[in-house]
Amino acid sequence: MRSGVFFEKYSEEMALRPYPLQRMRLGLFALAVVIFPFIASPYWLSLANQVAIATVGALGLNLLVGYTGQISLGQGAFLAIGAYGSGLLTLRMDLPFWLSIPIAGLITAAAGLIIGLPSLRLKGLYLAIATLAAQQIVEWVITHWTWLTGGTEALVIPSPKLFGFRLDRDFNFYWFGVATAALAALFVANLMRSRVGRSFVAIRDQDIAAGALGVNVFRTKLVAFATSSFLVGITGALIAHYRTIITWERFTLDTSITYLAMIIVGGLGTINGSFFGATLIVLLPALINSVGQSLQTTVPAAARILPFVQQGAFGLIIILFLVLEPEGLAKLWRNIKDQFKVWPFSY
Amino acid sequence: MDSANRPALAKSLRRLLSVNNIEVLYEDVILVLKGLSLTVREGSICALLGTNGAGKSTTLKAISGLLRTERGAVSDGTIDFCGERIDELAADDIVRRGIFQVMEGRRVFEHLNVEDNLRAGGYTRPRGTSLARDLERVYSYFPKLRERQEQQAGYLSGGEQQMLAIGRALMAAPKLLLLDEPSLGLAPLLVQEIFAIVRRINEEEGTTILLVEQNAHLALEVAEHAMIMEGGRVVLEGSADELRNNADVKEFYLGVTQGGERKSYRDIKHYKRRKRWLS
Amino acid sequence: MDTFIQLTLSGLSNGMVYALVAVGFVVVFKASDVINFAQGEFLMFGAYLCFAFIAQFGLPWSLSVVLAVAGCAGLGLLVERLVLRPLIGEPVISMIMATIGLSSVMKALVNGIWGPRPRAFPSFLPEGNIEIGGAVLGLDRVLVVVVAGLLLFVLQWFFKTTREGIAMRAIADDNQAALSMGISIRRVLAVAWALAAVTAALGGMMLANMVGVGQEVSHVGLRVFPVVILGGLDSIPGAIVGGAIIGLLEQYTGGYIGHGLNMIVPFLVLILVLMIRPYGLFGKRIIERV
Repeated sequence: MRSGVFFEKYSEEMALRPYPLQRMRLGLFALAVVIFPFIASPYWLSLANQVAIATVGALGLNLLVGYTGQISLGQGAFLAIGAYGSGLLTLRMDLPFWLSIPIAGLITAAAGLIIGLPSLRLKGLYLAIATLAAQQIVEWVITHWTWLTGGTEALVIPSPKLFGFRLDRDFNFYWFGVATAALAALFVANLMRSRVGRSFVAIRDQDIAAGALGVNVFRTKLVAFATSSFLVGITGALIAHYRTIITWERFTLDTSITYLAMIIVGGLGTINGSFFGATLIVLLPALINSVGQSLQTTVPAAARILPFVQQGAFGLIIILFLVLEPEGLAKLWRNIKDQFKVWPFSY
Repeated sequence: MDSANRPALAKSLRRLLSVNNIEVLYEDVILVLKGLSLTVREGSICALLGTNGAGKSTTLKAISGLLRTERGAVSDGTIDFCGERIDELAADDIVRRGIFQVMEGRRVFEHLNVEDNLRAGGYTRPRGTSLARDLERVYSYFPKLRERQEQQAGYLSGGEQQMLAIGRALMAAPKLLLLDEPSLGLAPLLVQEIFAIVRRINEEEGTTILLVEQNAHLALEVAEHAMIMEGGRVVLEGSADELRNNADVKEFYLGVTQGGERKSYRDIKHYKRRKRWLS
Repeated sequence: MDTFIQLTLSGLSNGMVYALVAVGFVVVFKASDVINFAQGEFLMFGAYLCFAFIAQFGLPWSLSVVLAVAGCAGLGLLVERLVLRPLIGEPVISMIMATIGLSSVMKALVNGIWGPRPRAFPSFLPEGNIEIGGAVLGLDRVLVVVVAGLLLFVLQWFFKTTREGIAMRAIADDNQAALSMGISIRRVLAVAWALAAVTAALGGMMLANMVGVGQEVSHVGLRVFPVVILGGLDSIPGAIVGGAIIGLLEQYTGGYIGHGLNMIVPFLVLILVLMIRPYGLFGKRIIERV
C-alpha cells in the first residue's frame, strides 16, 4: 500500500501544486471566486476589485522587497507612472486599454531601472531613503508637469471596453481584475522557481556570497527592480482604468506605506501572503467602517472619530504583526494547515 | 598600592569563583561545554589552556554572561561568585558584581578616543567615584596610553589596543578579571610586556585573574594554577609547576619531549591522534 | 542684496529647527541603528501637548512647555519599551515598518484627540522684529535659533563628557564590547528614545510658534531625511551643518527660482549625496554598501 505521495515523473515533481490536497484547495478557492460576484452586493464587489488590484501590486512589491530584499518606499511613484502612462495612452493616443496596460507596465519597468540604479551602490536603510527621495521627486514632477498630467487637477479617462463589453461596472471589471491577479500570481510563482528567481533570493540572503557564486549582483538587482515595477505599473494602470479618474493623491508616500504594510502583514516573500495582506489591508478600513456605521445610532460620536480609528488600526496592525508574527498571515495559514495535517495527533 | 595585603590574599583559600558542572548550548542544539567544573581562588592567577574549539572562550562568556548575545545559554549546572549564583544574571549585573571580561581581539571602541574608551570601562562605578583617580591609576600601568589620550582608539597599534582593553577593565576595578587571549596577534616582546603588567595588576590591585591562552609557555610562567580543557571539559589541572613538568603537557602544549629537545610538529600531531585524554 | 540677507536669515532659522529634529533622529540611529520615521509625529505630538496645556487647561506657558516635554519623553520611553525593544536584532525593513506603523498610530491619536483642523498656537515667544543688514527678522525666529543652538550645544556636551553619552557612543561602536563593560543596552536605548522625543517636542513647539499647530508640523519629519543624509546619519555636528545647508538651499531656490522647486531640491541633494558620499559630510565611513 502507498504510504504517501510519490512522484514518478519529473513533470509531476515540477508541478506548482504537486499534492492532490493542494489542488483541491485551489479548486475550491477558484469556485468561490467564480460564485462570489453573483451573490455579493455591489459594495463588496467593489472591495473585491480593489483586493484583486492590490494583490497585483503587492505581488510586484513582494518580488522586490520580500524576495530580493531591496527595500523600496517608491511603490507610490511606480503606481503613478503606470496609472498616468496607461491613462494618457488611452486618452491622448486612443489606444485600447488592453494594449495601454502592458505598455504602461513596460514604461514603469524602464522607470524602475532608473530608480533602481542607486541599489547598485546602496542597500538596506540607505536604499530605503533613496527610494523615499525618488517617491518625492516623482510626486513633484507629476504635480508640476501640468501640460502632460494635468498637475493637481484630476485626469478623467474613458471607461475601458473589452470585446464590446464596457468594464465600467464592478461586475464586469471583476473578471478582468481577477484574471490579471491570477496571471500575476502564476507569473511570480513560475519566476521564483526559475534561475532568475533563485538569484533574487540569493541576493536577499547574502549578496556578497551570491556574487562569489557567480550571480551577477548588479544585473539581478536591476532585473528585480524592472520586473517588480512592471507588475506595479500594471497595477497603477488597473487603478486608473478602474477608477477612470487619476489624481496624484492616490500615489503618495502613504500609498507606498500601504503596500509595504500589505506584504509585511501578509508575509514577506510569499505569494499567498501577498493576497492575504492585500485582502486584510483593503478590508480593514471597510470593516471598521461598517462597525462604526452600526454603532452610529447608539454612539453618535463614532462617525467623527472613524477615520482616526482606521488610521490607528492600520498602524497598530503593522506593529502587532511585526512584534508577534513577523512572518505574517502566510505563516498563520501554514500553521492552520499543519494543525490539520497532524490532526488528531496535534501537540 | 595595597601590596602589603597581597600575601594574605594569595594564601586565603577562599574560592572566589566556582563553576559547577555546567553545560552550554548554542542555538539550543550545539553542546559546547559538557559538564565543565573549575574553581578560581581569590587573589590568584589561573590559566585556562587548550586547543582551538576546546571551549575556553565559551567558558569565559558563560561566566561573564555574554553568552546570551551569541544565542548561547547555560543549560545545566551553576556558577557561583562570592558565594552567590550568577549564571542567571544579565551581563551588566555581573559586571556590577565585579567580573570583567576583556574580550578576544581587543574590541576597543574604534571611534572613541583613548580616554573615552577608559571612561566607558568605568561605566559601572558607583556615582561619585573619582574617574580622574582611576584614570591616573590606569595611566600608571600603561604610560603609553597617557601619551595617546586624545587619539582615536582605532588608530592605535595592536599592542596599544590590547593595553587599552586591559586598562578599560581596570577602570571598573573588578574583583575577577577574565582575559581572553591577550597575546593574540602581538609581537613576542610586547606579549612579555603585557604579561608583566598583568602580573603587576594581580599583585598590586589584588585582582584575581582567569587567563585564557594559546601560548602555554607564557601562561604557565605567569599563572600559579592552570587547567587544561579539551572537548568542553577540564581534563587536567594543577599548579603551574606540576603542569610544566607533566609529560603529556610537555608533549602537547609545550612541544618538548622528555629528553628536552623540541619535537617536530608532525610527530606531535601524529602522537596526539593516537593518544588522547578523552576519546 | 536685501532679499539675499532675508533669505539667508530665514533659511538659517528654518535650518536650526531641522537640525533640532535631525539630532533626535541621529541619537536614535546612533544608539540602535533604527531610522525613526515617526520623528515628525513626535514633533506634532509635542506641539499639540503644549497647545493643550496652554489653551485648553490654561496653564502658564513655562509650565506647559515643561509638561509637554515630560509627556513626550514618557511617550518616547513607552514606545521604546513596547515597540522597539521586542524588535532588537530584526531586519531593517521591520524596524522601518515599525516606526511607520507608529507614526500612523500617533497621527490617529492626535487627530482623535484634537481633531484634524489646524489651530492657532498661543504664541509665547516675543513678538516684534529686528533688523539685520537691512533684512527684517521676527524676534521669535531669532529666539528659535538661539534656543536650538543652545540645545544642540548641550547635546554635544552630553555625548562628549557624560557617562551615558559615552556609553551611547560606545554601544554604537561595538554592541557586545559595550555590554561586556556593564553598559545596559536597554537603558541606553531608553535614554536615546527619551532624548529624541524631547528634542522633537521642543522643535515641534518652536515650529508651532511660527506656523501654528496642525498636521503640517509632522511633515518636517520627512524633510529631515535630506538633512541627516547630508550631514551623516550618526553625526550631531553633521545634523547642524546639514540642517543649515538644507534650510538655506530651500530658501534660495524658493526665492530665486520658485516653481515650488524648493520642495524638491533637498531630495535631489539627498540622492546626489547618496551616490557620491553615502556617509555624508561628517558620518563614520563604515556604512552598508554593496
